[in-house]
Amino acid sequence: MYVYDEFDRTLLNERVAEFRDQIKRRLSGELTEEEFRPLRLMNGTYLQLHAYMLRISIPYGTISSKQMRMLAYVARRYDRGYGHFTTRQNIQFHWIKLEELPDAMADLASVGLHGMQTSGNCVRNISTDQWAGVARDEIEDPRLYAEILRQHLTIHPEFSFLPRKFKIGVTGAMPDRAAVRMHDLGLWLKRSETGEIGFEVAVGGGLGRTPYLAQTIKPFLPRRDLLGYVEAILRVYNQYGRRDNVWKARIKILVHALGAEKFAQEVEAEFQSAKEYSPVLDDTLIAEIAGRFAYPDYDKLADNPAELQAGFRDERFRAWYFNAVSPHRVPGYAIVTISLKPEGMTPGDCTADKMELLADLADRYCFGELRNGHEQNLCLPSVRQRDLHELWLKLDAAELALANVNLITDIIACPGLDYCSLANARAIPVAMEITRRFANLELQRNIGRLHINISGCINACGHHHIGHIGILGVEKNDQEFYQITLGGKADENARLGTLIGPAVPYDKVADIVEDIVAAYIELRARPDEIFVDTVKRVGIQPFKDRVYAVH
Amino acid sequence: MTSPLDQKLRIDGPVAITANRLTDGAVIHRARQGGWTTDLAAALVVTTSEEAIALLKEAAGQGTLVVGDYAAPVEIAVDGKILPGNLRERIRCAGPTFELPRVPVGV
Ligand code: SF4
Repeated sequence: MYVYDEFDRTLLNERVAEFRDQIKRRLSGELTEEEFRPLRLMNGTYLQLHAYMLRISIPYGTISSKQMRMLAYVARRYDRGYGHFTTRQNIQFHWIKLEELPDAMADLASVGLHGMQTSGNCVRNISTDQWAGVARDEIEDPRLYAEILRQHLTIHPEFSFLPRKFKIGVTGAMPDRAAVRMHDLGLWLKRSETGEIGFEVAVGGGLGRTPYLAQTIKPFLPRRDLLGYVEAILRVYNQYGRRDNVWKARIKILVHALGAEKFAQEVEAEFQSAKEYSPVLDDTLIAEIAGRFAYPDYDKLADNPAELQAGFRDERFRAWYFNAVSPHRVPGYAIVTISLKPEGMTPGDCTADKMELLADLADRYCFGELRNGHEQNLCLPSVRQRDLHELWLKLDAAELALANVNLITDIIACPGLDYCSLANARAIPVAMEITRRFANLELQRNIGRLHINISGCINACGHHHIGHIGILGVEKNDQEFYQITLGGKADENARLGTLIGPAVPYDKVADIVEDIVAAYIELRARPDEIFVDTVKRVGIQPFKDRVYAVH
Repeated sequence: MTSPLDQKLRIDGPVAITANRLTDGAVIHRARQGGWTTDLAAALVVTTSEEAIALLKEAAGQGTLVVGDYAAPVEIAVDGKILPGNLRERIRCAGPTFELPRVPVGV
């Protein structure tokens, strides 16, 4: 876990004081709403349908038990006793009062949390693999580079007023768990044939109204050039990005208009011309930042201890283990995913009491550390295998030991029309109804891996384009309708889903999902051919026939 | 639902002037008695764009009280009760359409 220094703390405290003053001036009328709005957005504060919403970033999804306790405190003290984990490693509080916001921000800042870079046309909170540093399949911990980029780019004057927001995703592992191709800038740690560490660099990804996958512009960038090259990308974007039209301002539009090759040439030319003055990421700097990451002091243990074997006698534990527990890079340890997708509840919501329990469990079993990823779940990254059964008993008692990770009820959904002022339609109740239809775990297991993503409008916060089944809320004559796409995928072979036909009304969506799943069960070549592979093999026509014949 | 910010002020039915309260974001409506109310039943309902525009102009001068004011459709029930005119407004008045997470009593 990264340990903040005096500089970070001072910066945060100054920011809180500044925002406190801005809020005071807004409340007294000294600032108009037009003047205040960009200032509050820079601090992650939005006005939603029925309250203010505060978005707090969780850099690279890493969160300490102390921070989790503070989130619980803020949820209770300033909100309605819960928070909502988003698809971009943030947490949102949906019922914040403007007059109490400065105190909430000060409390959060006391544990190094803030709302900076969660909004505005700047480099946003950098996202990464929630298993960073513990995954078995990792080249190097990507958080190191996410942190270096964060430090270099946070409130950087040249990059604080970009044409539009700029999202960076970094991963050190294959498979890609950070949906890197969905980002404005995607970085994969790679090792060259000579063993040198560097990055594959891709630009121009993003969902929303015009979805694109990021295209590789540099197959291997030596890591010493990382900062200079990223600066060059941002400079080319700053220069040519469309500031005249908010719908065309993202870098993806520029990359698409120029072509990836031409864009790469522009970046290369900029990089070469500024090279002399560019910051170099040398080994000393990397070591310095690496030194500020406190890694757990792992015990020397063996895999598959007797305690774990004994636990397997419990069938429910076994079901949970094979669903929610993953291999760790250190023998004797495991990664535990905690699904925040109980039947009939809002995906990603977590109550203050659950946050506190998880903080306690993190202290007891996981070096005081938790994670969150874009799937809106939490994770205990380093649990001794011998403690797994004991941990499971405690999670189970709190209804937190769900065995639906990556299954059909592990739905990703944005807040939609129940909260969001930009929404066309609701997303959460659609997710809730689907989880009720597929509540039976046996049925879910039989269906196998299947990701459903739901967004309440074209802004695509629920990442519907990359859902195996994507559901997008649209509006027709003041009524909620939904477009359904099939075959999207977020991993290293990312793909955008294909629309199956006309939008369907709200009360038909869950029926249609059932039809699609029934068609899949009939069409799959083998029980282990997962949904998205069947769609790829047979195309969308058989699903379309089924859905539109019946309804 | 079309964002009210995108709507032209063309009124084809009864509307109430609605906004969020600056201090806490709560949904408020221009009241019949003057001032603002959180209770839609006490809202002032108008039916012409001239009336609505005049009220919005007044609201514009109350920037320390309200944010994001606009004319929202309402329905008048047979018993005269004022109801939100569409789903978006229903959610604004009544909150999310599902039960919020269970928070243990006494917490
Ligand atoms: S996708 Fe649309 S409705 Fe959903 S949170 Fe984003 S802006 Fe709001």
